[in-house]
Amino acid sequence: MTPAPAITVAGSASIDGGSLFAPLALTLEAAQWTCLLGGSGVGKSTVLRLIAGLETGAAFDGRIAASDAEPVVERVAYMAQDDLLLPWATVAQNVGLGARLRGEQVDRARLDDLLRRVRLGDHAAKRPAELSGGQRQRVALARTLMEDKPVVLLDEPFSALDARTRADMQELAAELLAGRTVLLVTHDPAEAARLGHSIQVMTADGLTPVTPPTAPMPRAVDDAETLLCQGALLRMLREGGQ
Amino acid sequence: MIRWLPALAATLFALAIWQAVVSLTDLPRFILPGPALVAETWWQSRWLIAEHTAVTALEVLIGLACGAVLGVATALQLASSRIARVLVQPMLVFTQALPVFALAPILTLWLGYGLWSKVAMAVLIIYFPITAAFFDGLMRTPVGYLDLARTMQASPRAVLWHIRVPAALPQLASGLRLAAVYAPIGAVIGEWVGASKGLGYLMLLANGRAKTDLMFAAMLTLGVLSVLLHLAMRRATRQMAGER
Repeated sequence: MTPAPAITVAGSASIDGGSLFAPLALTLEAAQWTCLLGGSGVGKSTVLRLIAGLETGAAFDGRIAASDAEPVVERVAYMAQDDLLLPWATVAQNVGLGARLRGEQVDRARLDDLLRRVRLGDHAAKRPAELSGGQRQRVALARTLMEDKPVVLLDEPFSALDARTRADMQELAAELLAGRTVLLVTHDPAEAARLGHSIQVMTADGLTPVTPPTAPMPRAVDDAETLLCQGALLRMLREGGQ
Repeated sequence: MIRWLPALAATLFALAIWQAVVSLTDLPRFILPGPALVAETWWQSRWLIAEHTAVTALEVLIGLACGAVLGVATALQLASSRIARVLVQPMLVFTQALPVFALAPILTLWLGYGLWSKVAMAVLIIYFPITAAFFDGLMRTPVGYLDLARTMQASPRAVLWHIRVPAALPQLASGLRLAAVYAPIGAVIGEWVGASKGLGYLMLLANGRAKTDLMFAAMLTLGVLSVLLHLAMRRATRQMAGER
């Protein structure tokens, strides 16, 4: 893996001539977690999909660049709210999907090591249907790590999980994705307050940076400063929606 | 065992109604023979019926195999090439709008009275359901899988083989199951138009000689053959359809 670069997104997007988001400038600092927080329909997923080089249905006018001037798209790994596990493939085959799709040899030793790190070492031969929601999302995390890309794009990956599993997953992801440039798109103020090295609130008016709590991430769920930050973020979301 | 009880009960019920109609109306046996007579004729003519059943079964099985291969190949081609979709798809729908029955005489003219004109009829009838079902499945891959594959720098070919085809297998399974029911119809139509063997030929022959009991025996044998084929296909495609 090459050293994690910083990523900058600058520009505006429109759908059928109507503005989706006004001109904005977003910087994902190298090897840091940037949380992009916003309500539904403000275009936060569009920003993530633009960086990933995915279809957005919107016309983007601007530029996306990495600090080392190398191309961005082939250095991202992507994880979505839906775990996107192939139901017909085993856990191990799902984790090794990227290599199989590129016609490369799957590094079995690394795959087994990653499954152990997401605490699924005994489940390699199982099908996704045999796993719980939290386990499935851990397989998805292992698949993302297997790609070993310096930039990781997370599109609300924990929002379908119950509160306890979500908190566990946040900590596991924070641990395993350390050293990579991470964009976490979320609508959950608590998640942004726990995980962001930097936090940006996205509303129809654009981006507003928010100072994150001082504790190192992942912050404790009951850390006073984190809870205050969570409250402030929710207030901003509600005011921005009007 | 319990699963078979409703089917058995329904069969007995149908036989009872049939026998009741025959007894009450006192129709001549060449108009409507009763189930007992049909059963008796079936047993007496069992070797004759078996011989013709074997011919029809062979036509159907070859037709199914050829139709499946052609249908799968067409669906793959359509799914992987936009040009193929533009050129071939309207034609496919148009061929389906033609009555296949009307083609039977010309197929007999081209391919002769033997096996292959019947195989061709069966193929013609099942080709579209298989192609349409599989193609539909190939075009409805969940978008999330395709997004994921894109971020993994997968080639269109790899996406087709590793994601779109496996995701479409349940639809292919339903196409094949439908085909197993349709294929015997195709073969029998072919036999009606021109043949010297097969259950369709036997039915026509029996009908022409007012041997209605033999006609019924042949027809019921065809029905049983179709049901067995359908059940076998169901079983064979269980894993494909994602059933345990």
